[in-house]
Amino acid sequence: MMQNMPTVADLMPLLPEIILVGAAFALLMLDLFMSEKQRVVTHLLAIASLVAVAVMVIVGVGGQGTVLSGMFIRDDMADVLKIGVCLVSALALVYAWPFLRERGLYKGEVPVLVMFAVAGMMLLISAGSLVMVYLGLELLALCSYALVAIDRDSPLASEAAMKYFVLGALASGMLLYGMSLVYGATGSIDLVTINATASSVSQPTMLLAGVAFMVAGIAFKFGAAPFHMWLPDVYHGAPTPITLFIGSAPKLAAFAMAIRVLDLGAGPLSEHWQPMLAGLAALSLILGNLIALAQTNLKRMLAYSTVSHVGFLFLGLAGGGAAGNAAAMFYALSYAIMASAAFGAIVVMSRRGFEADRIDDFKGLNARDPWSAGLVLCVMASLAGVPPFLGFWAKLVVLQAALQGDLLWLAIVGIVCAVIGAFYYLRVMKVMYFDEPSGEPMHARKDPVLGVVFGVNALSLLAFGLFWNPLMAWCQQAFA
Amino acid sequence: MMGISSVIQSHLLSLLIWLPIFGGVLTLMVGNSRPQAARWTALAVASVTLALTIPLLAGFNAGGEVMQFIERHAWIPSYSIEYNLGADGISIALIGLTTLTTVLVLIGAWTAIDKRVSQYYAALLILEGLMIGVFSAMDALLFYVFFEGMLIPMFIIIGVWGGPRRVYASVKFFLYTFLGSVFMLVGLIYLYLKGGSWQLADMAAQPLNMVEQTWLFFAFLAAFAVKVPMFPVHTWLPDAHVEAPTGGSVILAAIMLKIGGYGFIRFVLPIVPDAGHHYAWLVIALSLIAVIYVGMVALVQEDMKKLIAYSSVAHMGFVTLGTFIAFSLVRDANLQDAARLGLQGAMVQMISHGFISGAMFSCVGVLYDRMHTRMIRDYGGVANVMPWFAMFWVLFAMANSGLPGTSGFVGEFMVVVAAFQAHPMIAFAAALTLIISAGYTLWLTKRVIWGEVGNAHVAELEDINMREWIVLGVFAIGVIALGVYPKPLTDLMEPSIAQLASQLAATKL
Repeated sequence: MMQNMPTVADLMPLLPEIILVGAAFALLMLDLFMSEKQRVVTHLLAIASLVAVAVMVIVGVGGQGTVLSGMFIRDDMADVLKIGVCLVSALALVYAWPFLRERGLYKGEVPVLVMFAVAGMMLLISAGSLVMVYLGLELLALCSYALVAIDRDSPLASEAAMKYFVLGALASGMLLYGMSLVYGATGSIDLVTINATASSVSQPTMLLAGVAFMVAGIAFKFGAAPFHMWLPDVYHGAPTPITLFIGSAPKLAAFAMAIRVLDLGAGPLSEHWQPMLAGLAALSLILGNLIALAQTNLKRMLAYSTVSHVGFLFLGLAGGGAAGNAAAMFYALSYAIMASAAFGAIVVMSRRGFEADRIDDFKGLNARDPWSAGLVLCVMASLAGVPPFLGFWAKLVVLQAALQGDLLWLAIVGIVCAVIGAFYYLRVMKVMYFDEPSGEPMHARKDPVLGVVFGVNALSLLAFGLFWNPLMAWCQQAFA
Repeated sequence: MMGISSVIQSHLLSLLIWLPIFGGVLTLMVGNSRPQAARWTALAVASVTLALTIPLLAGFNAGGEVMQFIERHAWIPSYSIEYNLGADGISIALIGLTTLTTVLVLIGAWTAIDKRVSQYYAALLILEGLMIGVFSAMDALLFYVFFEGMLIPMFIIIGVWGGPRRVYASVKFFLYTFLGSVFMLVGLIYLYLKGGSWQLADMAAQPLNMVEQTWLFFAFLAAFAVKVPMFPVHTWLPDAHVEAPTGGSVILAAIMLKIGGYGFIRFVLPIVPDAGHHYAWLVIALSLIAVIYVGMVALVQEDMKKLIAYSSVAHMGFVTLGTFIAFSLVRDANLQDAARLGLQGAMVQMISHGFISGAMFSCVGVLYDRMHTRMIRDYGGVANVMPWFAMFWVLFAMANSGLPGTSGFVGEFMVVVAAFQAHPMIAFAAALTLIISAGYTLWLTKRVIWGEVGNAHVAELEDINMREWIVLGVFAIGVIALGVYPKPLTDLMEPSIAQLASQLAATKL
């Protein structure tokens, strides 16, 4: 079939992405003419462009539609996730500024790499074909590798970046191999076509193998056990604001990838991939929570807790159906907000020469700085899933999805693991409140902007916890 | 003025919940650096909350609908969760107990708590609002939010202001309760998926087969048995009580344990009556073990707080016994009146135990503030130096042993009479409490209060001051008033009891 060149009307739904990429190129050039002191201009412009792109998506610039012969899909789900990705990434940049600045790491590339990573995530979210999935994913991954390595003199960061790169390449390879098998079985890379032909292929085993490989690739990107090995080292080694960035927004993109590839593409095979996701969920919940118990480093603890949160997210996906997908999406959005607040807390507490990334660094925080201790308490309670915080409702909706999908055993695993998980979040509360201060005098950074942003970020967990209807309504609408 | 009073009338329960919570936030903002201002702010908020209980009591129409003061709004429409509040006689009695006890606890902590004062008072106020929320929520998830939300303030209270093993005790408290209640959450989600509603009234009307009821019964049991606490999941309680500061112990014993008993009548009785009937023997057996065995455990304690904690477990056994004996009375023997007597006795026992345990822990607090020890052997002959204190102590000790004329007698007697009609042996076993509880309480009194002055420290003790007089005096009034004339309380709860008895009788199969 002969494809025509895309017309201008064809490109309209891509307008936010085009503008974002244009802005990133412009900033890359602009930064060359900026001195170190003037870098704040680049920083602010990058945040402004991310927020502007989010606003464009909110007001619907370009309109929705499926363009580029099915390669690019802009629907309700894409819009909501893109808004989330842009805003969370902008938030990550706000956190990054003082932290990276005082360590001399805020180079011009940081905001630009973040913007390209966001562009990659946006393409991934809108992917309508396997090639687009791969392109978006690689754009995101390459930028992430570079961001992790931004502190090139730190052996820890270099090691983390190297591990991330090698294991990431392996995962990409698995994904690509899966894609090739799917292409071989169905003769198409278009997800809608794959869906249409999946039930009538001549070699179902090949198709199934392809889907299994793709599930593994997706699990790797999420950090689900047993594909979580990269996560603790990368989270630990990367500068904290970079951890914040790769720990929050990409989860939204990974969720979109799972929906596009599995639900939109391999939908007819759901009876095969849903048990795979259920198994991954159980493994992630158990391993993530148990290993997190033993951590003394807060960043590593949060990394393993991420594994368990991914397990919860998979509970929703494994539950399946519109309700399950909406629940998983709600979980992804909630987790992105919680993860930014959790790593944000470390950023706020740290200063040059003091990373504040050990749990013991939070000892006696309440005695010195009750306001910050209260905010961290909100974050930990939300991660633990104590009502009325947002984290509780996220767990509620995925548990419901699992029960609806007749996965009672998985729901039981989930709640038992939630109780185990509560212990290590409680330990953070315990050191802050019950222990006396020792060692480095611990208090929040005297930075009004950062203080306000962290305060809003942490209290939003309470606000959303009391009024989560709009968030849930969006998620339900995306799968209506 | 009419406008304001009608707004208060129509939003009474919301006010009762949110006033202490926002008052707690206000107290936090006063800050630890101004302890006296924080104390007065908190006391003012708690007093206004207590005053709001008066229109609640006055406005309750005993002959009207069972549930009154209803406030119903959509909360999370996409998940059909509603902000649905309402109160019946049982709720109102427990709300009254909560607001009164909180004021007394705040007064009692006036000088005992001297570090991080504003945070302590704020935590107590927030806890008060959440507990009132538990007693007035008619949406299952709203109930769950209040039920679980209480964990964090209590965790902080035990962990920050508690004794030497406070970290262990607070974490144990949190994890035990959390583990119990997540099973209930799964049960509630199941009910929602089945009936499409989170409203307790709809869940009560939902037909369920025996398999479903059995699963749900054990899910509810997991949540509420830990809270009551019932044998064998009571082990968190002695730890939490011993390590908690006096105020924390009082709130735990007087109110938080009642939430377990309240949960049984709100969830188990109406939603899973058939499974409740089928497994009533289990709960009855566990209650009797609590009454007898845990009572004996109390005998050998050397720590005053631990002794009272175990005695709480034993006395709460009457609450679960009275609640579940009603099943066999209604279903097996068709004795409606006896069943109502058992339920009524359980509820009276909840209120009475609230006063008595609160008073006992306050008494121990008075001694602890002076001597900084809770060990029985460090005392002796306190009556010689603290005669007023000894008077109160002996009164509460008598009430704890179930002496007629005190509130402790009323509830236990009603439950024993009801149990006798089900099976004389059950009544006999339950009545053993009169011996056992008299044993440990009077022996405790003998060793602490009577006899020669034990040591030089005891000789230097000063009798209770005005502040402590008020606290113990109010508790004493409650204990005696309820013991002599419990009719206003039973009248208040009668319509709800009658409804519960009919829900017990109706099968949902």
